[in-house]
Parts: sequence; C-alpha cells; structure tokens
Amino acid sequence: MKFTPTFRQLAIWLSLSWLAVFVLVPHLLVLVTSFLTADPSNLAVWPLSLDAYARLWDPVYAGVLIDSLYLSLMATLCCLLVGYPFAFVLSRFSPGVRAVCLFLMIIPFWTNSLIRTYALKMLMGNKGLFNDTLLALGIIDAPIRMIYTEFAVIFGLTYILLPFMVLPLMASFDRLDRSLLEAARDLGANAWQRFWRIIVPLTMPGIIAGCLIVFLPAMGMFYVADLLGGARNLLLGNLIKNQFLVVRDWPFGSAASVALIVLMAVLLWAYFQANRRVSRRGGLEDENLT
Amino acid sequence: MSEASAVVQLSSVTKRFEQQEVLREFSLSIHDGEFFTILGPSGCGKTTILRLIAGFEHADSGQVIIDGTDVSTLGAEKRSVNTVFQSYALFPHLTVFENVAFGLRMARVARTEIESRVKEVLEMVQLGDFAQRRPEQLSGGQRQRVAIARAVVNRPKVLLLDESLSALDYQLRLKMQSELKHLQRQLGITFVYVTHDQEEALSMSDRILVMHQGQPQQVGTPRQIYESPRNLFVASFIGETNVLNAKILRALDDYRYEAELEGRYQRIIHADRRYQPGDDVHVLLRPEDLRIEYLRDAGDKPGFVGEVKDRNYTGRTLDSIIELPDGLQLRSSEFFDEDDPDFDYSINERVWVDWVHGWEHVIPAENLNR
Ligand SMILES: Nc1ncnc2c1ncn2[C@@H]1O[C@H](COP(=O)(O)OP(=O)(O)OP(=O)(O)O)[C@@H](O)[C@H]1O
Ligand SMILES: [Mg+2]
Repeated sequence: MKFTPTFRQLAIWLSLSWLAVFVLVPHLLVLVTSFLTADPSNLAVWPLSLDAYARLWDPVYAGVLIDSLYLSLMATLCCLLVGYPFAFVLSRFSPGVRAVCLFLMIIPFWTNSLIRTYALKMLMGNKGLFNDTLLALGIIDAPIRMIYTEFAVIFGLTYILLPFMVLPLMASFDRLDRSLLEAARDLGANAWQRFWRIIVPLTMPGIIAGCLIVFLPAMGMFYVADLLGGARNLLLGNLIKNQFLVVRDWPFGSAASVALIVLMAVLLWAYFQANRRVSRRGGLEDENLT
Repeated sequence: MSEASAVVQLSSVTKRFEQQEVLREFSLSIHDGEFFTILGPSGCGKTTILRLIAGFEHADSGQVIIDGTDVSTLGAEKRSVNTVFQSYALFPHLTVFENVAFGLRMARVARTEIESRVKEVLEMVQLGDFAQRRPEQLSGGQRQRVAIARAVVNRPKVLLLDESLSALDYQLRLKMQSELKHLQRQLGITFVYVTHDQEEALSMSDRILVMHQGQPQQVGTPRQIYESPRNLFVASFIGETNVLNAKILRALDDYRYEAELEGRYQRIIHADRRYQPGDDVHVLLRPEDLRIEYLRDAGDKPGFVGEVKDRNYTGRTLDSIIELPDGLQLRSSEFFDEDDPDFDYSINERVWVDWVHGWEHVIPAENLNR
C-alpha cells in the first residue's frame, strides 16, 4: 500500500500532536509543579523553590526507594526465572502451537489489571482459594498469611508483568540459530555448557530488554502494592500517589515523579549503551544469524 | 579394501521421519583417510546420512560404527567426528580465536596448548591475522575457513562437510576445492563430503557414493562412476549421456556383441559383462565419445547420418546436437581446435557421426519411465 505524501504528513502531525498534548505537556506541568511551593488549600503556589527536591533526601524516602527497588528487582527476577524457560520452551514449538500459547498468555490482558489485582487479593486472602486448597490438600493446618506481605506484592507484580518479560525473550529465542546449538554440541559441549556459553550470551539483549520493561513499570505500580501489600508506602508509585491524593502536596509528588523519571532514564541509557556494546561485540543484529 | 580399514560404517540403517522412510537398510563403509563424497539430488538423504554419522540423528534400526566402536546410542557431543556446517554456524558472539578454541575448551585442554593449537590451525587456513575478528567481519570464504579450522583443530577421526562450498561464488569455490583437497592430504583425516554438484564430486573425491531417493546407486572412484555407471540414474546424473536402446543379436566373443541399436542400426558393441542374444540393453555414449565428420570425408564408413540441429561454443568445447532420421538426438562435445576446419558445420547440414569404439558403456535395460 502506498501512502500519498499528504496522508503521511497528516499521520506524522497527528501523532506528534497527540504526543505533545498527552505526554509532553503533562510532563512539563509536573516538572514546573515540582519547583513550586506547597500550599494545603491551593495545591501549589508561587514562588519557585527547591523545597520539594530537598525533602527527597529525607532518609524516610530513601527507605521507600530501597524498598521499591528491592520489590521491583525481586519481581523482575521472578519474571525472568519463570519467563526464560517459558520463552525457551515456547520457541521450540511449531509456529501454530506457539501462537496459541502466546494468545492464551495475552487473553488475561484484555481484563483491566486493577481488576485482576483485586482478583488476586481474593485468591490470596486468609479464606481465599490458595489457602483453602492448601488446607484441603493437607499441606498446611492453618491458613498462612499471604495477603499484605511482601510476597504478595512480588507475586502480584510478577503476575502482571510476566508477558512483558516473555515477549522480548521470545524475540531473542526466535533469532537464536538452532544450528549454533548443534555446532556447540558437535564440538563437545554438553547441555549445561551449551546453555551458558551459547544460549545465554545470545539471548542477552532479550534478557536485558525484558528486565527493563518489567523493572521500570514495577516501581510505579502503586495499586498492586496498595491492594496486596497493605497501607504502606512500598513503591515509589505509592509515595507519589499519596502525595497527590492524600497529603495533597503536589510539588513534592511532582518532585518524586521527576526523580522516578530520571532514574528510569538513567537505566534506559545504560541499557542502550550495553546493547550497543553487545551488537558491536558480534551481533544479534547480525543478519547472518537468521 | 577390507572392512578392517573402515573408519565409519553404517550397517542396515533405517531412518524414518514421521511416516517417511528416508533411508532403508542402508549400509556404507568409509575407509580411513579417504576423501569420500556423497552425491545425489536434493532430498535424497545426503544430509541425513551425515547427521547420523555426526550423532544429530539416531537410526531407527541398524548401527553406526566409528573407528571400530558402535556409537549408535552416543550423542553428537561424545563422538570423535566434527562437522563443517553448510551455514558455517560460527558463534557470532565469539572471536575467530574463541570460535576455533571452543572444542578444545570443552575438552578441557590446557590453556597454553589451546593457544598454540588454535594459532597453528589458523595459520594453516591462512587466517593467522584474523584471530581477533568477529565472524561478521569476515568474507564468505574466510568464514568457511574458520568453520573448517574450528572442526579440524580437534583432530577428529572424521570430518563431515555438508555442501560446504555451495554458498560460495564460482571462482572461490574452485579455489576452496583445491584447498580442501590439499588440507585433507596434509591432515590425513577422513573427509566425508556432501554435495549435489557432480563436477565438484568428480574433482575432489577418492570415492563417490551416488544416492537417489534414499537408495545407494553406486560407490566407486570418480573414474568408475563416470566411465562405468552402473545404471541410467548414475549415468545421467554424472555428466551428460546419450542413451541408445539396443537388443543383443549374437555374441562375437566374451565381451563383443552384435546388437541392433534403436531397432535399425546393426553395430558391434563392447560390454563389460555377458549378455544373451535377445537381451535388451542400453548403450551409453558420453558426448565426448562421439566423432563427427563431413559426409564426403566419411565415405562408406559404418556410422549414423544425421542433421546438425544446434551448435554451441563453450570456450573449450564445441557442443552439437545431431538429429538422426528417426528423431533420436545425439549430443556431442568436441575439443575446440582453431586450426581444424572440421568445426565449421552449419545448422541443418547432414553429417556423419559415430562413437569411438570401445568407449561405449553397456548396461542392462531399465524401464525408462521410472
Ligand atoms: N527433521 C526432518 N523431519 C522430517 N523430514 C525430514 C527431516 N530431515 C529430512 N527430512 C526429509 O528426509 C529427506 C532427505 O532429507 P535430506 O536433508 O537428507 O536431503 P539432502 O539429500 O541433504 O537434500 P539437499 O541436497 O536438499 O540438502 C527429505 O525428503 C526431507 O524432507
Ligand atoms: Mg542436505
């Protein structure tokens, strides 16, 4: 299909304006707000001040940051541990089976993730399905406390973010040339050696991409922490939400948002640097692989 | 040669993929130190044989014996053979040096020895200066040499090569053919080479196995295969051949017979086995076995008379198609000689044509429409 130049220009301008109105402007508003002074009745007022940023250094918030990094990291790790074998096995199926499996994995995503988090909350309750099942099977004598624990938050984050791990990994496994594994075998590498010396290095871009795509949003998923972790400021996302909706300190909430965005930007930048080095080192972008 | 000198032996191997039987009761014996080529059209099972020897596939029945040991149940990582893959399958994340060192590292060879052996083999394939390059930074021919180096550095009993040259352009392929042959002599390793290119097979091999639809057709030296093909498939797959149908009329002595060719020409033919009067045979004539002369020069010599239908100058040879009165077409190929006026036949000119007697090859008749 061929697009006329005017159509193409229109399309470009439309998407640019969309981005400007719904991404750029809100971010700029947040940025400006973060430099204003907090005021309980008017949310944010002049004059400009660095107050909000100064308060970010309060050890209380460092604690939130560390908690937040820890939970996100654990969720990322769980996603990787589950997603990697899953993607590996899936990549070995025929395209038909693979499409069905991916489809099944994606179906739940047609339901709002907030609703799915509520569902998890029910399942993990003291009288929830998980405990009932364990009790019925005789594995435990009394209900174990699942809901409102760190475990619950990590579980919820893992559950919601898993597909974001699997998809880039699948792409990596797709590009992995099976004949390389045969070559390694031919040269005497056993399954373990093939895994660590060939499969892992060659799927590294997928691993890094998957981890970032899971890790970055995990820090902001306040509703998961709210619903499954109880009323504590577990994630940076909770902290920000509370500043806006509960404490009504908009400059501070904005400053925390800006800090989170900067943190993500740094991670993304590191990712692109690493990626460039990997592809220079001998290429996943190499056409000869496929 | 005796079975004792066989370094690779397949005995009664049957291999099925789903319902399709690719090899059936297939046996093969490859001698130590030879350049053995498996030749056949696409899909005839060449790669399957190689993968059975390498250990990537396992036979449904029958045995694979390497160097006197039954390895039928061993995986590829435990066999003392190495493969040069058609796509080279170089590890893209490793340097040339690390690619070549891979097998030695897996075998836990000492670091200093790895260093010296890899260097030595890279020198041998003339890639000494490329050790720190990545595969993507090499040309096709260089990658090919890395693939060979990566395999031979392990000093395998047998080197398996699957259409290793087919991805290269014509010039490079010729060069690599002679390099491969040279390397094989130098190393004394048994090479099992798979190709569907008959010229390549003829020029490189000590012995050739011709395959067709999973069935071995003939095993022999290039010369045997070319000059004494055992059946029509081998004859027509290796080079061009004129096939004449004939019936034996009577025996003159053990190997000379009077025969009727194409139901109308009575000629004397030489066979390498006995036939009875009444037997149907094929007389195979290579294009270069044919001689063409002007009618006026030929006089009454026995031979065929036909019309020149096509003349094609290929550089070294002049190829003609001669049509006999009954419609049968003969292909001839004569070495081009600028001083020889005989090369000036024109299209549709009637000429005399015959073969050099004794150069024909006679095989029992087969159903041509198989
Ligand atoms: N893994 C497999 N699964 C199913 N059928 C297969 C498989 N590998 C090979 N075959 C079938 O076995 C037959 C022989 O295949 P093979 O690859 O040995 O042919 P080949 O002689 O190497 O052909 P080519 O010259 O095209 O490489 C083919 O009909 C092919 O379709
Ligand atoms: Mg093949």
